[in-house]
Formats: sequence, structure tokens, C-alpha cells
Amino acid sequence: MESNLQRALASKKFVVTAECGPPKSADRRIIEEKAKLLKDWVDAANVTDNQTAVTRMSSLAACAILKSLGLEPVFQITCRDRNRIALQSDILGAYALGIRNVLCLTGDHQSFGNHPQAKGVFDLDSVHLIETVRKMRDEGRFLSGDELTGERPAMFIGAVENPFAPPYEFRALRLKKKIEAGAQFIQTQIVYNIPRFREFIARVGDLGLLDKVYIIAGVSPIKTPGAAKYMRDNVSGLDVPNEIVARMEAAGKGIEDKKARAEAWRKEGITICVEIIQQLKEIPGISGVHIMAIEWEEAVPEIVQKAGLKT
Amino acid sequence: MIVADQKPIEEILQMLEPYRKVLFLGCQTCVAVCMAGGEKEVGLLAAAVRLARKHQGRPIEIVEGAVKRQCDDEFNEPWAKTIEQQEAVLSLACGVGVNKLSERFDVPILPALNTKFFGEVERQGVWAEVCAGCGNCILHLTGGICPIARCAKNLLNGPCGGVRADGTCEVAQNGSRPCAWVMIYERLGKLNQRQNLENIFGAKDWSSDRHGGPRKRIREDMLLEG
Repeated sequence: MESNLQRALASKKFVVTAECGPPKSADRRIIEEKAKLLKDWVDAANVTDNQTAVTRMSSLAACAILKSLGLEPVFQITCRDRNRIALQSDILGAYALGIRNVLCLTGDHQSFGNHPQAKGVFDLDSVHLIETVRKMRDEGRFLSGDELTGERPAMFIGAVENPFAPPYEFRALRLKKKIEAGAQFIQTQIVYNIPRFREFIARVGDLGLLDKVYIIAGVSPIKTPGAAKYMRDNVSGLDVPNEIVARMEAAGKGIEDKKARAEAWRKEGITICVEIIQQLKEIPGISGVHIMAIEWEEAVPEIVQKAGLKT
Repeated sequence: MIVADQKPIEEILQMLEPYRKVLFLGCQTCVAVCMAGGEKEVGLLAAAVRLARKHQGRPIEIVEGAVKRQCDDEFNEPWAKTIEQQEAVLSLACGVGVNKLSERFDVPILPALNTKFFGEVERQGVWAEVCAGCGNCILHLTGGICPIARCAKNLLNGPCGGVRADGTCEVAQNGSRPCAWVMIYERLGKLNQRQNLENIFGAKDWSSDRHGGPRKRIREDMLLEG
């Protein structure tokens, strides 16, 4: 077992991972600062791969920087920008750089990003990519069947699933496919709607999958009532219940001072996040949480501490 | 059918700028049905161009015509003499017609249309892309709904996380297109074939698509000797 994340999960520890978005620049100091913030608080940090199709520093390069600073990276790799040749080449390169965790995604469509004119690749889908990494690792073969000529990439393979997008009853079956393809850990879409998440986990359990994979539930602190409303109304695949929007609104009510109001919102956002983590901890089959504090990495230590997850 | 759109008149006028004697040649098959480049559209476009050029004080002489299928020499041949007398031809066929005429004649052949896709008539005035011509059909497994053409990421193992709560695709503006995989899921439910979704659908061999280079179909038994 070469992955520290895998070791932590195998030891039944309730793990914490966080998101670490690379900068829209060539500045490695930004990665270094984020690493410093997260290092003592998480078991691993996911480096996003040009998330929402906006061009950023390469996920592979940022992972190598994290690794050099002693923070365990999870290399996110999407099928949007690479064909099977480039995907497999980057897996080999990642392993050679000391990266041991890979999260296989299809990727957001290029029309959402800063180059909507781009040609999307989508040669493979996420299930194919998972299968490909597993084949390289376990069989020493590329997707085509051609043999690797030496060391195999011993990756801990992850995938994602979104319990909050239709067709809801199909989501567990799709997860099953990913596990059959070779996924060993799953990070989910951000959970705000606990009852629906429980339903999903129950279906996963009915398929006998809970002891075949580590499920790490996604969470994200909300900064403002506006952000809550935006996510509820405009982000497909996210399910933000009205009561969470109402709580965020109530938190700032009657506070005139702008700064104090923003602070009250942030406090409530973190409180909600901590409460969700506590509920998730009680669901059998949940092995940890993945905190997506996008461009708000400072919130991670506070959330980890308040949720009683400090390692 | 092949679905196309007429280019903006400004772009067409710009292409025609160097020429004073031009044949506008429509095609009476696909692009006539989707009302982009048939005989009627030739007439309308020619009238508009004549008027614009007259306005500019640089009149243009336009011959109008339409052939049954511009993708086949056999139908273009009767126009050979006329074509050779022109400074240029404005083709209102799909891109195939433009290529075909360009292979045959030493006259500039200009495209009046943007060729878009092959599609179905969704309803009066609306055409939709439903087949991508990938060269390796799997529709018997997906309830007759193609994930290659109808999913923005051509996924093969079910829907991505970007399905809106109402089942539409997040890539299409204003919920204008249902998620192909939601459609497939529902259709297979109706047909009692949801078991098709249980197994992993392997990576696609794109070499039968145009990623293997421009394609050709040859039927040896149809070839003429010599």
C-alpha cells in the first residue's frame, strides 16, 4: 500500500480531504501557501484539473509541488482535455513524481470555462479511465493491451458520484459500475440534503457495495446567503434545501455593519458545514469527508477542529 | 438529412465581392427540405444579392439553378457548360456539394451555407442532431437514442453529474435539451431493457469515426471495370 490516504482509510480512520485549486498563473507560491494552510489538517488534498473548464496551472504540476511539501496529493484527472494516449502518459508521469492517488473524472464541459471555443476531447468517459488505470496497475497493460515495459503505476484509484442529479435511482448503479471498473474510493458531490444522501447510501448498501469502496462525502461551507441561493437555483447537480438558505439569511439579519454581517454569515456557513459533517459521521458506510472550501481554504482548519476531526 | 444554415448575407456579399458573373446553384435534396439551399432559397438569395450590389453601384450578373443532388457528378454534368462560363459559383448545397463541384471544375466554388449536422425534424421549423455518423452503431443497446450524438460529452456509461433537476442537460441553454442518458434510462425502462445499463460499456473505437482520417465506403460489386 503506497498511498497514505489508502492507509488511513484502511485503518478505519474517518479521513478528511480538502480541495486545493491551482492558480490562474505560473506562481508556485500560491500552491505553497495553500499547502501550508491545509497540511496539518487533512489526510490528503485534491488538486483540481482545470475545474469548470477554466485554464489553470496543471493539476499534475501542482500535485508534485504538494508532494514536495509533504502534503499527500490526490491527482484529479479529467477526460475533457486528454485522449487515452495523454491520460495514460500523465498517469505514468504522476506515479514517477511520487503521486499515489488519482481521482478519475469526465470533467465539466468546455462551454462553461474561459475557452468555450475549445474542442472537447471526451475520448474516454470516467468509467473507462478508472478501468484503464486499474489495468495499467494490475495487469501491466495499457488500455489497448500493449504491455508496460517496467514499473507499474501503483495508484489508489478514486472516482466521483453525484447522488443529487437525476435519474436518482440510477446513481447507485452507476457507482457500482465505477467500483467494478476499479474505483477504490468515491468522493461525492457536496451534500446539503442529508435525507436524499441517506437514500442514496441505502441504495448503495442494497447493491452490497458499502464494504467494497470507501465513500468520502463532499461538504462545502457557504459564505453568503447569495451564494446559497445561487447554488440552489443555478448550479445543476447541487441540491441546497430552502432551510439552509433561510438559515444563512437569518444569520445576517439586523446587522448593519457590512463587515460584521459578512462575519456572521461566514460563522453560520461554517456551523452548517460542521453540523452536516456530524450527521454524515453517523451514517454507516461513510469513511470521511471531502471539504470543498473553494478559494476559502482558511475555513478548513476551523471546520476540522469544530467537527472534532483533528488528527 | 443533412441540416445546414444559410450564411449571413454580409459574409456572402464579401465572398462575392471580386466577381461580376456568378451561378447560384442550389441542391434539391437535404438542404431544400431544411429550407436552406433549395430552388426557392436560390431565388430569394439571388434577389437580395442583386439588390445589394446594385445599391453599391457594382451590379452582378447571376444565373440561378438547382440540381437534384450536388454530391453526384451525374446531376451536375448538365450544368458543366454554364459553370465554365462563370467567374465563380455560389453553391447552396451542403459542404459535400461544394467539394464535389470543386473537384470537377476549375472555377472558384463558394459556400453559401454553413453545414451543421445530420438530423431529424423535431417539429415544424426545428431540426435536431440525433446521429453523429460515428461508423459503429450501438442504438440497439441504448433504446434507439444515441449517446454519441446527443450527449455533449458522448458518455457511454450513464449521465454525468450535470443533469438539471428537471432532467435537462446543463450544457444546453435554458433547459432546451433533455439529458440523453435520462432519455435512454426512461426509454429502456419502457422497453424492459434496463439490464443493458448494468454492464460497463467499453471504450469506443473512434477509428471508425473520422478520427481514423477521412472515410470512404467501397462496394467492390458496384465498381465499373477500368
